[in-house]
Amino acid sequence: MSVLDSKIPEGPLEHKWNNYKNTINLVNPANKRNIDIIVVGTGLAGGSAAATLAELGYNVKTFCYQDSPRRAHSIAAQGGINASKNYQGDGDSDYRLFYDTVKGGDYRAREANVYRLAEVSGNIIDQCVAQGVPFAREYGGQLDNRSFGGVLVSRTFYAKGQTGQQLLLGAYSAMNRQINRGKIQSYTRHEMLDVVIVGGKARGIIARDLVTGQIERHSAHAVVIASGGYGNVFYLSTNAMGSNATAAWKVHKKGAFFANPCFTQIHPTCIPVSGEHQSKLTLMSESLRNDGRIWVPKKLEDAKAIREGRLKPTELAEEDRDYYLERRYPAFGNLVPRDVASRAAKERCDAGYGVNKTGEAVYLDFGSAFMRYGKEAVATQKIENATEAQIKELGQKVVEAKYGNLFQMYEKIVDENPYETPMKIYPAVHYTMGGLWVDYNLQTTVPGLYAAGEANFSDHGANRLGASALMQGLADGYFVLPYTMGDYLAADIRTGAIPTNSPEFDEAENKVREQLEKLMNTNGTKSVDHFHKRLGKIMWNKVGMSRNAVHLKEAIGEIKQLREEFWKDVRIPGEMNGMNTELEKAGRVADFLELGELFAKDALHREESCGGHFREEYQTEEGEALRDDENFMYVAAWEYTGEPADAILHKENLDYEYIEVKTRSYK
Amino acid sequence: MSGILKSSIARKVVMALSGLFLVLFLLQHFLINFTSVFSATTFNEVSHFMGSNFFVQFLLQPILILGVIIHFVLGFVLEYNNRKARVKKYVRFNGSANSTWMSRNMIWTGLVVLAFLVLHFYDFWFPEIIHKYIQVHPEDPTRYYGETVAKFTDPVRTLLYVISFIFLSLHLLHGFSSSFQSVGWHEKFYKGMRGATVAFSILIPLGFIFIAVYHYFNQV
Amino acid sequence: MNLTLKIWRQKDANAKGGIVTYQLGGVEPDMSFLEMLDVLNQDLIDKGEEPVVFDHDCREGICGTCSLQINGEPHGPDRLITTCQLHMRMFKDGDTIVIEPFRAKAFPVIKDLIVDRSSFERIQQAGGYVSVNTSGNTQDANAILVPKDKADTAFDAATCIGCGACVAACKNASAMLFTSAKVSQLALLPQGEVEADRRVLAMVEQMDKEGFGNCTNTGACEIECPKGISLENIARMNREYLRASTK
Repeated sequence: MSVLDSKIPEGPLEHKWNNYKNTINLVNPANKRNIDIIVVGTGLAGGSAAATLAELGYNVKTFCYQDSPRRAHSIAAQGGINASKNYQGDGDSDYRLFYDTVKGGDYRAREANVYRLAEVSGNIIDQCVAQGVPFAREYGGQLDNRSFGGVLVSRTFYAKGQTGQQLLLGAYSAMNRQINRGKIQSYTRHEMLDVVIVGGKARGIIARDLVTGQIERHSAHAVVIASGGYGNVFYLSTNAMGSNATAAWKVHKKGAFFANPCFTQIHPTCIPVSGEHQSKLTLMSESLRNDGRIWVPKKLEDAKAIREGRLKPTELAEEDRDYYLERRYPAFGNLVPRDVASRAAKERCDAGYGVNKTGEAVYLDFGSAFMRYGKEAVATQKIENATEAQIKELGQKVVEAKYGNLFQMYEKIVDENPYETPMKIYPAVHYTMGGLWVDYNLQTTVPGLYAAGEANFSDHGANRLGASALMQGLADGYFVLPYTMGDYLAADIRTGAIPTNSPEFDEAENKVREQLEKLMNTNGTKSVDHFHKRLGKIMWNKVGMSRNAVHLKEAIGEIKQLREEFWKDVRIPGEMNGMNTELEKAGRVADFLELGELFAKDALHREESCGGHFREEYQTEEGEALRDDENFMYVAAWEYTGEPADAILHKENLDYEYIEVKTRSYK
Repeated sequence: MSGILKSSIARKVVMALSGLFLVLFLLQHFLINFTSVFSATTFNEVSHFMGSNFFVQFLLQPILILGVIIHFVLGFVLEYNNRKARVKKYVRFNGSANSTWMSRNMIWTGLVVLAFLVLHFYDFWFPEIIHKYIQVHPEDPTRYYGETVAKFTDPVRTLLYVISFIFLSLHLLHGFSSSFQSVGWHEKFYKGMRGATVAFSILIPLGFIFIAVYHYFNQV
Repeated sequence: MNLTLKIWRQKDANAKGGIVTYQLGGVEPDMSFLEMLDVLNQDLIDKGEEPVVFDHDCREGICGTCSLQINGEPHGPDRLITTCQLHMRMFKDGDTIVIEPFRAKAFPVIKDLIVDRSSFERIQQAGGYVSVNTSGNTQDANAILVPKDKADTAFDAATCIGCGACVAACKNASAMLFTSAKVSQLALLPQGEVEADRRVLAMVEQMDKEGFGNCTNTGACEIECPKGISLENIARMNREYLRASTK
C-alpha cells in the first residue's frame, strides 16, 4: 500500500463530489471568524480561493511578490476557458469534457479530480459573468464560444485574446470586495520563503517584505500554495520574469511530495527566439490555430533559400508547402493538442525545414483564412464581381476583429506585418502539469497545507489541453478549496490563534535568514542571470521537447555541478535590508537549481513517452509517443530527503474505471 | 457648495458649466458688438436696452460677474491642486507628444483673458457704472457708439485687444469642447460637436478682432 | 547601437535621488527596452555596482507592472504598447535617453525607477467590484443577456492593465482614466448596474483622497495608454457621478 492516500470518495463518478460535499464537516459562521488562512499567490487559483474563503468568513492573508494581486501571471492567458455548458448544442457534456481532459492528458490524471473539474466548469462561467467579466457575446446577447486544440466541440469561452486578464480581474475584484470588508489582508511585494510546520501541521509562513527587506512571521490554521508553475526553470519561457517555484519547492523540502515534475508543456505557437539577449518568450494564442495553417516548405532547398532571405514565403506555390499537421493528423489537423503540435514542429525543424535564421521556426499562415472569411463577407454583403484583393481585404478585416491584438503584438515584437507575410512561430515552455502532489481535497502530504492551480499536479496528467488552466485554477479556488478546507478546519475551531513565537517559527526564520546571508556573503564573480541562463540551456537541450537517457543523465550531473558553482561564485550587489532584486532572483534560481535536477531525474525514471514527456527511446515507427501503461500508469510523487538525487519515489496508481484507456490518436 | 466642491468631478463640472455660460455670453456680446460695424443706430439701440433693462442689469449682470468669478477662482483652485499632485517634477516631460499646447496651458491663456477683462472693465464697465449709478447722468440712448469707437483710436489698446482675442481663441479651442466632456457628453456626435467648437473658437475671436481693427481704421 | 542613458537613481523612498549618466554599447535593434536595461545591469553587476531597479514582470504587455517615463513619455515614444514591448529599433545609434520613474504625489518612489502604485489598489478596493458571492448557484450565465456592442465597450474599458501611464502622462497626475475604466466597465453591464451609484461615488472619493490631480481633458492619458482606453470612459464616469450625486 502506497503512503499516498488520494482520498477519492466512494460512489459512482458523477455523484462523488456531490455526495462528498454533503457529508464533509462544516465550520459554523461564528467559528470561521476565529480561523486564519494564508494564501500564497494571487492568480486565478489563489485570488479566487482567497475571495471565496473570505466571503465564507475566514480571516485571509494573501501574499504576492507583485505590487498588486492583479499582476499575477494568470493575467497573460490569452485564449479562453473551457466549460461544458453545451451552449452551442454540439453534444458537449460534463462527461465529454472529462473524457477530453483525461485523454488530452494522455491518461496520467486522476479520474475523480478531472470529473469534478468538468462538473464545476459551468459554475465558473456563471460566477464570472455575475462578477461582470465581459466575455465575448453574439448579437443575440448570448455568450460566444470557440474551439481549442484536442477537442471536437466549441466549449471555450473567451474575451478576445485577453481571457486570463478578464478572469483574473474578476477574481481580483472579488478579492477587493473582501479587502474592503477587512476580511482579506493583502500583502503585496512580499515573498514567501518558507512554511512553518507545528505539530506536523502547516501553521504559517516566513515571508520577506521585498521593499524593506524585513523578514516576517505570519501564522494561520492552514496554508494554501497557489504560486503557479516552475516553467522558468528553463530560463526562457512564456512565464513572467518573476514566476518562480520557491513557495512550492520550500514546502517540498518541508515534506510535501512533488509529483510528475517532468510533465511540462511546450506550447507550439510562440514567437521564436531572436537572439542571445532574449529574456522571455511571447505566446501567440492557441486560438490562432482555429484559422491559421501551419506549414514549412516541402523541399529542403526552398527552406534554405527562405532562411537566407532569397525566397519569400508568399512566393512559394501551394504545392511546395508542407502543411505537416494536416498531413499527419487529418482528423484534428492544425488543432491537435499542444504536445503533438510542438513535437511535429521540432521534427520538421530538426530535419532542416526551419524557416528563420536559426532554423527554429515554422509558418503560421492566415492566407487561406483571409480568403475564406473574405468570401463569406462578399456573400453576406452581396458584393458582385469582387476582385481577389477585395476578398482578401474583407477577410483580413474579419481576422483583425478576431485576433487584432495578437497580430499587433506580433508586429511590435518581430517588426513584420503578419497580414502580409505568414507569422513565424516555434514551441516554447509554457506550463507545468507537474507540481505539488495533492489528494482529492487538494491537500498536500503535509496536513493543513493545500496546493491549487498550476502549483499542484492534479488535473492535466501529462499534457494540458488549451483553455483548461484557467478552468482548473478557478475551479480549485472558487469551488473546491472552500469546501475541502472547511472539512479540515472543522477540527481547528478550538485551537485559537497560532502564536508566532514558537520554536518552530524561530527555527524557520533563522534558516531563511541564514540562506539570505549566505547568498549575500558569497561575493562571487557571476550574476544570478548567468547561472539561470546556463541552467536554462541544460534544461532546454537535454530535458526539453524530446529526451533520452544519455542526455538526462548528463543533465543531472551538470545541474548538480552548476548548483555547486552557484553557491560558490554568485555575486549579489547591494544589501539584504532593503529592496534587492538580485537577491530575490538568487533565491529563486537557487531553488530552480534543485528542482531542475529532480525534473531530470523524474524524466529519466519515466521510461515511456506520454503527453509532454517524450523519450526518444519510446516511440512508434511513425514517431508518435509510445506509452507504457503497464509500468507507468501512475503518478510519480517524490519525497525530499536532503538532495534532489536522493528523492524517494512514491507511486499513486491510476485506475480508470469510467474511461477506456486507449492509445491517444488525433489522426 | 463647499461640500460639492470637495469632489474633483463636481469642481470640473462647475468649471465646465460656468465656461459654457461664458461662451453663451461671448456669443451674445459678439452679436451686439458686430452691429457696430454696419449700423451705429442698431448698436446704440441694443446697447441702450442692455444698459437700461432692469432684468439685464440686476439679474443677468450679477450672474455673469459671478460666473466669471467662479470660473477664474476655480481655475486657480484646480491649477493649485494639479500642481500639488506632482510634487517632484520630471526632468524631461514631453507634453507635446500627447496633448495640445492649448490643453496644457489653460491657466496661462486664462490669465491673459483675465488681464484683458481688467482692461476691458477699466475701459467700459467701470466708466459705465460710474456714469449710470454714481454720477447718475440722464439717459442718453445715442452715446454708446461714439464711446465705443473712441476707445479704438489708440493703436496700443487695439493691439492689446487683438492679442487678447488670440489668447481667448486658444483658451476656447480647448475649453469649449472640453466642457462637454466634463459634463459627461461624449457620444455619437462628439466629433461633430468638437468641429463646431473649434469653428466657434476661431471665428468668434476673429470677429472681435475684426470689430476692433475695423473701428481703428474707420475713425469718424 | 551606442546609447547615452540618463537614469534616475534613488536609493530608497527617503533618499534625494538624481540623474546618473551611463554609456551603453552593444545594443541591438531587436532588443526590447527592458532587455537593453538588462544589458546595462549586467555591466553594472560585473563592475560590482548595484543594478538599476525597475518594475517588470510578464514582459508581454499585459501585467501592467512595467512603467518608466522614457524621454518624457510613459512607456516611451511608441503607441499602444508597454515599456516591455518597446523595441530598441525605435531609437537611433547615438541617442540620449532620459529614463525616470512615473511621477505623482500618489505614486511615491520606492527605489530608482520603481514607484508605489498602491493608491490604485485602494481605488479598486473602494468599489471596483460586483457584490456577488461564490455559491455555485448564481443564475445561468446566459440568463443575463448583454447586447454585443455594450459587452464589447465594457470589454474595451476592462482591458486597463493598471500600469499608471495615464497618471504619468497627465500634466495634472490625474487618475481619471484608470478610475473611469472600471466604473465604465461595470456601469455598462447589467450585472454592475445595481451598485453603480455607490460604486462611482466611493471610487471617486478614494481617488480624490489619494492626491491625484483633476482631469483637465488634455487627452494625454488616452494617447499614452498602452491599451488605448478611451476618454469616453471619463465622460461616462462624469455622467455616472453627476447622476449618482444628484439622487
